[in-house]
Amino acid sequence: MSKNKERITGAEAVIRCLLAEGVDLLYGYPGGAIMPVYDELYKYQDKLTHILARHEQGAIHAAQGYARTSGRVGVAMATSGPGATNLVTGIADAQIDSTPLVCITGQVASHLLGSDAFQETDIVGISTPVTKWNIQITKAEDIPTMMAKAFYIARSGRPGPVLVDITKDAQFAEFDFSYEPCKGVRSYKAIPATDPQSLKDAAALINDAEKPMIVWGQGVILGEAEAEFKAFVEKSGIPAAWTILGVSALETAHDLNVGMVGMHGNYGPNKLTNECDLLIAIGMRFDDRVTGNLETYAKQAKVIHFEIDPAEVNKNVMCEVAVMGSVKTTLADLLPLIKEKTYASWLAEFKAFDKIEQEKVIQEELYPSKDGLSMGEVIRNVNEVTGGDAVIVTDVGQHQMMAIRYAEFVKSKSNVTSGGLGTMGFALPAAMGAKQGAPDRQVVAVIGDGGYQMTIQELGTIFQYNIGVKVLVLNNEFLGMVRQWQELFFDNRYASTEMVNPNFVKIAEGYNIPANSVSKREDLADAVKTMLETPGPYFLEVRVEKENNVFPMIPTGASVSDIRLS
Amino acid sequence: MEEKKYYTISVYTENNVGLVNRISTIFLKRHVNLLSMTASESEIEDVYRFTILVKMTEEKVKKIVGQIEKQIEVIKAYYHTDEETISQETALYKVKSELLFDEPQIQNIIKKSGASIVTVNKKFFVISKTGRRIETEALHSALKPFGLLQFTRSGRIAVTKEAMMISDVLKDFDEE
Repeated sequence: MSKNKERITGAEAVIRCLLAEGVDLLYGYPGGAIMPVYDELYKYQDKLTHILARHEQGAIHAAQGYARTSGRVGVAMATSGPGATNLVTGIADAQIDSTPLVCITGQVASHLLGSDAFQETDIVGISTPVTKWNIQITKAEDIPTMMAKAFYIARSGRPGPVLVDITKDAQFAEFDFSYEPCKGVRSYKAIPATDPQSLKDAAALINDAEKPMIVWGQGVILGEAEAEFKAFVEKSGIPAAWTILGVSALETAHDLNVGMVGMHGNYGPNKLTNECDLLIAIGMRFDDRVTGNLETYAKQAKVIHFEIDPAEVNKNVMCEVAVMGSVKTTLADLLPLIKEKTYASWLAEFKAFDKIEQEKVIQEELYPSKDGLSMGEVIRNVNEVTGGDAVIVTDVGQHQMMAIRYAEFVKSKSNVTSGGLGTMGFALPAAMGAKQGAPDRQVVAVIGDGGYQMTIQELGTIFQYNIGVKVLVLNNEFLGMVRQWQELFFDNRYASTEMVNPNFVKIAEGYNIPANSVSKREDLADAVKTMLETPGPYFLEVRVEKENNVFPMIPTGASVSDIRLS
Repeated sequence: MEEKKYYTISVYTENNVGLVNRISTIFLKRHVNLLSMTASESEIEDVYRFTILVKMTEEKVKKIVGQIEKQIEVIKAYYHTDEETISQETALYKVKSELLFDEPQIQNIIKKSGASIVTVNKKFFVISKTGRRIETEALHSALKPFGLLQFTRSGRIAVTKEAMMISDVLKDFDEE
């Protein structure tokens, strides 16, 4: 099999495998059971940069941000026990949002397994439900094949997180190293075969439709199918709406981009989901935040589902035609089969709803008549400086919905957010990784005051490595989204949602990060401009109106057509 | 509401230490109780086979099988109704030996049930019955009034009437 065998330790083999997979940057935190690998990292530091996070959760969210903007596999490393368990939230987040990650954890020596040894935890057992694949390695000679398999599984097909747990004795042991990349796994079909008939059936439905609507998701981005997708949208002339993770695959300003679907999505695409005669789902999975009540979701429409994961087809919404495969290929193959069309009056229905939403919600959000600053106007100010050419990283909550609703995007891979898991504390570390994954781009982390304080320690990482992220905290001194629900559904009982916050500027300055705080409209534009134009990291707090709500909103369990504007 | 039925799920897998956990967690996540789960070699070398018995709607079993099949080291998963499978379970019944002499009808029960006596000694004897659930249950109800020292039943094992074509599935993977 291999030509040049070399006798090296398992620990060195880990590093050599990473290099063979093209990894040049990883995030982690050392500890007892992973020390042999860190010792090798020390020797290979000219080839492999290790970013020391301030918490393992920070490391893995950074790896996620890196994967999302670079399109590469993110790598996170931690020790056994608490190091490993601290990765779990990020692993679960990556699993539900299909982010390719390889997580490497140290484990106690194999003779101690099961003995409740110091810092022993069954991380393979714990991570099983939230990994695409995981493995425990107890012999050094298994490291190359398992690492190769890990990278192959993480990045192929529907991507996801993989965890490789390596016992300390396997790291110390010497063996004859050679590396072969993994080209396939017998029991795993990364991309299902496309039935040519399904493409013909899909084309027939598309060509005959009178009120078709596209809903696209992150599959378009993960499949790097932006060009094929755009060609399909433009030739078919079909209005296209996006899920939160699909945003930026098609530029915001495109004529056929009709906005976001789902709980805080736009009025038109939600309302018209229940009016269209054909719903074309592309690389999305009909999450409950998208569909609302399934019993009343698009019942009048025929559904075509372009999907890479067979388990997603007919899981939540039954479809007439499932087109299996990578959307990059299936959309390209579909293109010659469809007619060039336009839907002027159908598109006008979207515009009519847009007008209502503009008048009742957007105008006040972007140009408030009240004194207090709104989150929407902060995002508008960011747009005005970046022109949409920035990566917007968000945390979870009101600011997330506002950022995604109002940020403009001109190119793909420009949004990093925790969509499926809704992980507060995601944004600050994810933004570090996002910046390192796309070093030439402006990266703005939009974060609420709650989530910011969940991983605020990562300011230390930003400081140490001078990572040029712009940290924009929208401070309303509340856990705003929970407060909004308390207001709407729990009769204004604000149970444990009000926050007494520290002086955020002083904290940032403690880390030598230039910082500012504004609370007046007349200071906002300049403050945003200064933040974006200052080289390196920058912290800006905007003190916004305390009790604003995010609208439109589909209350939990309601139908998409019952979307509320107030 | 769709009717709940018994389904036998057959899962062909690679031999991997974590797979039992990976498969059972799919049921756990959906709050589904497994009625039984057995694992053994299959008709193909190095391919293992789980046989899982559940009671649920077809819609639900279909989705669960999709999730199982998605696991990397699962080669293929199927679900079948009772009518589509030939299934067996084995039950063991441990009874006091003196009952054989004190309660003569026990001998008749054993004879009629087609059960076999595995072992007899002065203190107890053990009967084994292999068959469908209804048969092992019938013997259980017949013996229970006399007092059972121990009772246990294996998980269901089943073969399907239709071929499952695992070799073809594997060939398909190999051709990629």
